Amino acid sequence: MFATETDRSAHRAAERAVERTMPAPPVTPLATRLTHLALAAVAVVILVFAWHEAEMNPAQLMRDAGNMATLGADFLRPDFTDWDVYVNAMLETLAIAIWGTLLAVIAGIPLGILSADNVAPHWLVFLVRRLMDACRAINELVFALIFIAAVGLGPFAGVLALFVHTTGVVAKLFSEAVEAIDPAPVEGIRGTGGTWLQEIIYGVLPQVLPLWISYALYRFESNVRSATVLGIVGGGGIGMTFNETMRGFLYSQASAILIIVVLTVSVLDMVSQRVRKKFI
Amino acid sequence: MAAALQLDRVSKTYGAMRAVDDVSLTIREGERVALIGASGSGKSTLIRLASGLILADSQGRGTGAVHAFGVKVQEAGRLSAEVRSARRNIGLVFQQFALAGRLSVMTNVMVGALGRMNALRGTLGLFNSDERRTAYAALAEVGIAQHAAKRARELSGGQQQRVAIARALVQGARLVLADEPIASLDPKSAKRVMDTLVTMSRDHGIALVVSLHQVDYATTYFDRVIAMNAGRVVFDGPASRINAGFLTELYGASAEELILPSQFAVTPPPAEAVLSQTVS
Repeated sequence: MFATETDRSAHRAAERAVERTMPAPPVTPLATRLTHLALAAVAVVILVFAWHEAEMNPAQLMRDAGNMATLGADFLRPDFTDWDVYVNAMLETLAIAIWGTLLAVIAGIPLGILSADNVAPHWLVFLVRRLMDACRAINELVFALIFIAAVGLGPFAGVLALFVHTTGVVAKLFSEAVEAIDPAPVEGIRGTGGTWLQEIIYGVLPQVLPLWISYALYRFESNVRSATVLGIVGGGGIGMTFNETMRGFLYSQASAILIIVVLTVSVLDMVSQRVRKKFI
Repeated sequence: MAAALQLDRVSKTYGAMRAVDDVSLTIREGERVALIGASGSGKSTLIRLASGLILADSQGRGTGAVHAFGVKVQEAGRLSAEVRSARRNIGLVFQQFALAGRLSVMTNVMVGALGRMNALRGTLGLFNSDERRTAYAALAEVGIAQHAAKRARELSGGQQQRVAIARALVQGARLVLADEPIASLDPKSAKRVMDTLVTMSRDHGIALVVSLHQVDYATTYFDRVIAMNAGRVVFDGPASRINAGFLTELYGASAEELILPSQFAVTPPPAEAVLSQTVS
């Protein structure tokens, strides 16, 4: 780097000169340091409290090592003897997801339009949005428990639970797509003397349809996943079968069910992703 | 005979800016008028007010009334109850074409008939053979019948603009308001579109108001020119009186925006005589 030793020492001398003229590095004030210390203490207190509340006990994993070993060993030996039962239950889960999503999309179209600021009056947008917020805020599992109370155990309760929760989600996604449209085509229709509904059909829908289809398919994917869980609380489908095998300590069968779920969800995700890409 | 368009003391304020300031004017049936002015002079706002796409100030100095062929579009900041029937007579052509890009060229033209057909049939898109024939004939008239089956967005800018003109023809508009229809087109397409507009106006007796940046088009294609500056009409008279000196007087430095270098290269005659034409 340096041609001669003289160059090197000259460089060092220059560096030292710069160091001398530089101010001392800043020291963190005592008050700041104390605040940091206090915050760290608070964090530790929270963690300790949460540890007790959650009844964390790693020793239990060790004490029940035998159980864990049985569970692990059984899961590694999936038992597909009753595969037709599992496949049927999986089909039921898919059916729940299909109808839950379809009903939600049908309801989500008008609700999405009516909660879009650029096409609906403000008071209506406010009302519909709050209603959709409520649908979204409550988890589909909670809705499933409510509908089980109303229509009894089974897949129909699952469909209704997915329907209500997903309506809240797709209405929001749909309305955001509507709010992002180019207003010019809508004005073009308005200029011809078209009605409000005609403005929506010829001006708004052609612009948002690809996005809406993509959103609907995406929600279908996640609803298949949700529908498997719904069964555990009694909403029908493969979740219910899985729950029964776990309660009966039939871990090999449970493992087979999980494999079927993972395979189905992965295949659906791949197909749906391809279809969605075609629309965007 | 009612005027094609009648504006009576119309103003439009955006915040502190008066986009259109107390403008009154009359366009006669079949008349062809160019609307010129620098960017932000109020041309677009005036056209949007005329078609009722935006509302005039309610607290103006005047009534702020707009009538098209004797049918009220708006007054005192409120859309008239007859606005849809008023709009049936007004064809709109926008700078950005305002077509539904994903719909076919034919559908985009047929929507021109929405204002005149049964609302339910129009909403469901059930166009009859008459409407299809009319739309196809209009496309042939503007010279793009061969693209009828394509999606609108597949066409070039100039072709899309001619689709918009065909839509106005199908609409049976007796007044066409074109807001900078050639501003985003190349010179060749721009000339084609201007030719189409003027031929349409001449052949069908349609009144035509075109806002333009290019003064050479204003003077060669139109008999009457309305010039705007800072929201006011500063000139309303025969195109023959427009020249470079007058424009420089009117717009100062921003006159450059309106004058093509090839035109008006000669020393202009005194502008006082022309300025006396100014409409108050």
